[in-house]
Amino acid sequence: MAHGPAKGLTRWLYTTNHKDIGSMYLWFSFAMFLLGGVFALVIRAELFEPGLQIVEPEFFNQMTTMHGLVMVFGAVMPAFVGLANWMIPMMVGAPDMALPRMNNWSFWILPFAFSMLASTLFMEGGAPNFGWTFYAPLSTTYAPPSVTFFIFAVHIMGASSIMGSINIIATILNMRAPGMTLMKMPLFVWTWLITAYLLIAVMPVLAGVVTMMLMDIHFGTSFFDAAGGGDPVLFQHVFWFFGHPEVYIMILPAFGVVSQIIPTFARKPLFGYASMVYATSSIAFLSFIVWAHHMFTVGIPVAGELFFMYATMLIAVPTGVKVFNWVTTMFKGSMTFETPMLFSIAFVILFSIGGFSGLMLAIAPADFQYHDTYFVVAHFHYVLVPGAIFSIIAATYYWLPKWCGRMYNETMGKVHFWLAFIGLNITFFPMHFVGLAGMPRRIPDYNIQFADFNMIASVGAFLFGAAQILFLWNVIATIRSGKPATAEVWENPEGLEWTVDSPAPYHTFSVPPEVK
Amino acid sequence: MLKRAQRLFAWLLGPAVLMMSHQSLADEVEHWGVNMTQGVTQMSQEIYGLHMNIFWWCVGIGVVVFGIMFYTMIVHRKANGAKASNFHESTKLEIIWTVAPFLILIIMAVPATKTLVKIYDTSEADLDILITGYQWKWKYDYIAEDVAFFSSLSTPADQIYNRAPKGPNYLLEVDEPLVIPTKKKVRFLITANDVIHAWWVPDFAVKKDAIPGFVNESWTYVEEPGIYRGQCAELCGKDHGFMPIVVKAVPEAEYLEWISAKQADAVALKALTEKTFTFDELYTKGEEVYAKNCAACHMANGEGVPGVFPGLKGSAVALGPINTHNDVVVNGVPGTAMQAFGGQLSEVDVAAVVTYERNAWGNNMGDHVQPIDVLKLKQGK
Ligand code: HEC
Ligand SMILES: [Cu+2]
Repeated sequence: MAHGPAKGLTRWLYTTNHKDIGSMYLWFSFAMFLLGGVFALVIRAELFEPGLQIVEPEFFNQMTTMHGLVMVFGAVMPAFVGLANWMIPMMVGAPDMALPRMNNWSFWILPFAFSMLASTLFMEGGAPNFGWTFYAPLSTTYAPPSVTFFIFAVHIMGASSIMGSINIIATILNMRAPGMTLMKMPLFVWTWLITAYLLIAVMPVLAGVVTMMLMDIHFGTSFFDAAGGGDPVLFQHVFWFFGHPEVYIMILPAFGVVSQIIPTFARKPLFGYASMVYATSSIAFLSFIVWAHHMFTVGIPVAGELFFMYATMLIAVPTGVKVFNWVTTMFKGSMTFETPMLFSIAFVILFSIGGFSGLMLAIAPADFQYHDTYFVVAHFHYVLVPGAIFSIIAATYYWLPKWCGRMYNETMGKVHFWLAFIGLNITFFPMHFVGLAGMPRRIPDYNIQFADFNMIASVGAFLFGAAQILFLWNVIATIRSGKPATAEVWENPEGLEWTVDSPAPYHTFSVPPEVK
Repeated sequence: MLKRAQRLFAWLLGPAVLMMSHQSLADEVEHWGVNMTQGVTQMSQEIYGLHMNIFWWCVGIGVVVFGIMFYTMIVHRKANGAKASNFHESTKLEIIWTVAPFLILIIMAVPATKTLVKIYDTSEADLDILITGYQWKWKYDYIAEDVAFFSSLSTPADQIYNRAPKGPNYLLEVDEPLVIPTKKKVRFLITANDVIHAWWVPDFAVKKDAIPGFVNESWTYVEEPGIYRGQCAELCGKDHGFMPIVVKAVPEAEYLEWISAKQADAVALKALTEKTFTFDELYTKGEEVYAKNCAACHMANGEGVPGVFPGLKGSAVALGPINTHNDVVVNGVPGTAMQAFGGQLSEVDVAAVVTYERNAWGNNMGDHVQPIDVLKLKQGK
C-alpha cells in the first residue's frame, strides 16, 4: 500500500522515513555550516590586520573553539549521516533504515545539543574558550562555568552518533536486497559501514573523557589535576584515542562519495574496487594506533615517539592506493565535468595536498617545528574543507535531482565551484607559509612579518563564505523550480538508486529488487 | 582546448617569471617568509634538512600523480570524442603502488629516526635551566646559580590597540630575556604552574610542552651569539598570544658577568625587605607591579572580566581585612587561576601591589602594607 507523507509540522516531528530524516539532517548540517562559518569569519576579520581591532582575546578563543566544535560535530558529521540516511537504503535495495524510530530520535536530539552549546555564548564567562580539543586543565580547573553545558552537549551529540551508527550497521548487514553481497555494495555503503564501527568504538571514549572532566569540575576527583595526583597528559591520550579515528570518521564517507561520482562522469567502472575496500579497512585499523602523533611535543619516551611516527607514516600507503585508484579510474575514460565531478576532482587534488602535509607532519623531529602552528591549521583545513566538505557538496549536486526530481542549474553550480575553489585556496594555502615561518595557531594577534599572508587569507575566507550563499540559492531554486530530472539523471550511472523514479518515491523498494 | 591550457599556464607562470627576473627566487622566499627557518643549531639544521627532504618527495609524487591526472582530464574527455575503456583491475599495479610508497617511507624514516634520537639525548649538559610556564609569562630558574626571574611581554598596550605604530619585534619582545652562554650544552627542564604551555624557539627547533606536574627535558647548543625569539605554542587561555620568549645567547664570559650581577641584585632586593616605605612610594611602585602581573586578568581598570576573573574595584577582599588580602596574593586561591604570588614577587612588590589595590579605582581604604609584614606572613607568623 503506497501512502505519502503526513501533512504539516508533525510530518517532520514524528517521521520515521529515512528520506525525511535524511533531509532534516542535511538542512540541519547546512545551518550549522553557516553558523560555524560566521565564527570563522569573526576569526578571519580579527586576523585581517595585526593588532586587536574587532574582538578581545577572550572572545577570540571562544570563536576558535566554537568554530571547531560546530563544524566537526554540527556540520560535517550530521551531513554524512544525512547522506547515509538518504542513500544507504536506496543503494542496498532496502525499504527504510532498520530502526526507524531510533532514527527519528537520533536526529531530533541534535538540535537540543546545539542549542545548548550555542546558548553558552550568552552565559556569564562566555562560551567554551579552550579550543575544540579542550585540553585539561584549561578546560577543567580554568574553564568558564559554561563548560558543564558543553559537556552535556557533547554527551547528546555522542548519543546521537552512536544511535545513528547502530542503525547504519543494522541496515547494511540485515536489509540488503537478495543478491547484494558485501563485495557488490557501492563504495559509499562500504565506507559508511566501516565509519559506523569507528563511531561506535570511539564515541564512548569521548563520552568518557568529558565525564572525567565533569567529575573533576564538580565532584572533587583529580583525573587531570596534577595537584591532586592526576595527570593532564592522560587527558590527551584519551582525547586523541577518540580524536584520531574521529578525523577518519569525517573523511571515509567522503572517500565513498567520490568513489561513486568519479566513475559516473568518467563513464568507466571504479578501478580497484576490492583494493578500495581493503584500503579503507586498513586506514580504519591504523587510525587506532596513531593517536599520539598529535602529542609529539608532550614528552613521550623516544621509543613511543618512534612507534607513533612509523605507524603514522604507514597510513600514507592505503591513502595513496585510494588516490591512485581514482586517478586510474579517470584514465582512458570519457570524461565530462559537471559540478559534482568538478568538486570530486578538486577533492582528489586538494585532499592529496592535505595528505602531503600530513606526511610531513608525521616526521616527528620536523613536527617539533610544525606542531601547533598555522602549518597544522593549513593541513587539517586542506583535508576537511576540500576533503569532507567538498565531498558533501559534490554528493548534494549528484543526488539532489534524485531527491527532489529536479535538475539544478549547471552554470550556477560551476560558478559556485570556482568561487569556492579559489576562495579556499586563497584562504588556506598561505597558512602553510605563515605556519612554517613561525606563526602559532589560536592567537588573536601576530607579529607584522605575518601580516601579508593573513590579509590574503582573510580575503579568501570571505570569498569562500559568499560562495556558499550561491549554493543555498541554487539548491532552493532547484527544489522550487528546477527542470524535471529523469530517473537516471546522469549517463548510465551505476547503482540501484538510479532505478527508481526522480524524485524518489516516499517509499522505495517495498518489494526488494533483484541484484544480479 | 590546448590554447586554453596554454593561456592558463601563462597566467600562472607569468607572475613567477616576472618575480625571478627582478630578484632571485631565494630572495623572494626570504622576503615573504614562506619556509621553515634553518635556525642556528645543528639540530635545527638537521630538522630543516628533513623538512626539505620530505617536501621534495611530496612535490615529486605530486608532479607525477597530478601530471597524469591533468593529462587524462585534457585528453580523455568526452568533448574530445574519447571513448571509455572498461579496465578496472590490475593486481600488478596495486602491488606497485603499495610497495613503492612503502620504500619511500623507509628512506624517510631512517634519517628521521637518527635525528630524533639525538634530540632526545639530554645527557651531559653544562647548564640546567628550569622553565616554568605561568598564565602568561615564563619563569627562568638557573638552578645551580640560584638566580630566577620572570619574563613577560613588553609590547605596550598602545601598540596592540593600534594607538601607536608597531615595532619590528611587535609581540616578540620581553622585559627580561633568558640569557644563555654560547658553545655550551644548555638543558631546559620545562614545566608549568597552571595550565599547559609550550616553550618554542624556532631557531633552536626546541618545542616542548610545559605541563603542570611533569618536568620535560630538552636541550640546545648555540654557536653564535644573538637574540632568538619564539612564542608559547599551546593554547593556555586568554593571553596565549601574548607570552613570547626571547633568548639572548652571549659568550661565556659575558654570561658569567651577567649571572653575578643578577646574584648581586637579589641580595640588594632582600635588604629592601627590612626598609620602611612611605605610602606614596608603595602606591607608585604598586601601580607598576599591578600593570605587569595582575592587569592581564583583573584588568587595568580593576574591573576584571565578568564571570571569569573577578574585579578588584570594590571587591570584598580589597575592602576587607588587610591580612586576608595579603594572604590571597601571597598564597593564591588553589584550584583557580589566581596564582600564589608569594614565590613570584619580592616582599616589596607584594606590599606595593596590595597597597595599590586597596587604594586605586576608588577603593579608598587609606591603609598600606610594609614588606616586613609580607615576610612575616610568608614565614607563617
Ligand atoms: C591568571 C589570572 C590572574 C592573575 C594574573 C591575577 N589574578 Fe587575582 N584572581 C584571579 C582569579 C580567577 C581570582 C578569583 C579566585 C576565586 O575564585 O576566589 C582572583 C582573585 C583575586 C583577589 C580576591 C578578589 C576577591 O574579591 O575575591 C585578589 C585580591 C587578587 N586576585 C589579587 C591579585 C593580584 C594582586 C594579582 C597580581 C599580583 C593578581 N590577582 C593576578 C586571577 C588572576
Ligand atoms: Cu602559554
